[in-house]
Amino acid sequence: MPRSRLLQLGAVGAAAGLFSGLFGVGGGVVVVPLLILWFGYGEREATGTSFVAILVAAVFAVTLQAIYGNVHVADGLLIGVPAVGGVLAGTALQQRLPGAIIRLLFSVLLLVTAVLLVVRA
Amino acid sequence: MIGVILIGFAAGMLAGLLGIGGGALFVPALALIVGLSQVDAQATSLLAIVPVALVGAWRQHRYGNVRLGDGMRIGLFAIPAALLGVVVVNAIPERITELLFAALLIYIAWTLARGALQELRGGDGRTLHHDDDDDTTRPA
Repeated sequence: MPRSRLLQLGAVGAAAGLFSGLFGVGGGVVVVPLLILWFGYGEREATGTSFVAILVAAVFAVTLQAIYGNVHVADGLLIGVPAVGGVLAGTALQQRLPGAIIRLLFSVLLLVTAVLLVVRA
Repeated sequence: MIGVILIGFAAGMLAGLLGIGGGALFVPALALIVGLSQVDAQATSLLAIVPVALVGAWRQHRYGNVRLGDGMRIGLFAIPAALLGVVVVNAIPERITELLFAALLIYIAWTLARGALQELRGGDGRTLHHDDDDDTTRPA
């Protein structure tokens, strides 16, 4: 891997981590559009690769939170188990959608996130 | 309880469609319906995000849509940056950075949507710096 590409990937990761630490937004909101617009990823590749990045960071973060005693395991399972069903359905549905539709849906997500950031004060 | 399960499924669906963790729905559901404190809701949301991201990555890998090395590098770089973000947010006026970030998100949303709309109309529309004036500069 060329050094410049590693630096670019590092910048994406740093931006995702920084913004999630700053504003509490998920890393995927930052990672997916950057992979599409900066790296020329296809929409499905961007969302698939985003999951790997989220997984790595979330495993670290939840371990830290568990050490602090902030994690409620039963509640996490109550919402997480149906979410696994949802993600199976969502990824399957996504394979049937045109890339441009995925990108449009993502831009709606970004707009909603922006509005929530502005109004939550 | 049914509400939490339904929101969990909806969050997973959104996550699968868009490659996000689902925390945007997990956190308010855990805080407002289950009644966890904000910190505990965010911590517990992370626990739910782990299986969502794991299964999402596994499915997308099966569909041939995962670049594992890129994803792992991004995730590893995100960890120290998130810690830095937590430190910074406690040291600066948050409202200004929130508004700037919101403006940035709207710009990115516009860029994504513009490309997608062009593509749906039959153009390429993928690149960030495509020429908007294509139609006007083309010789008649």
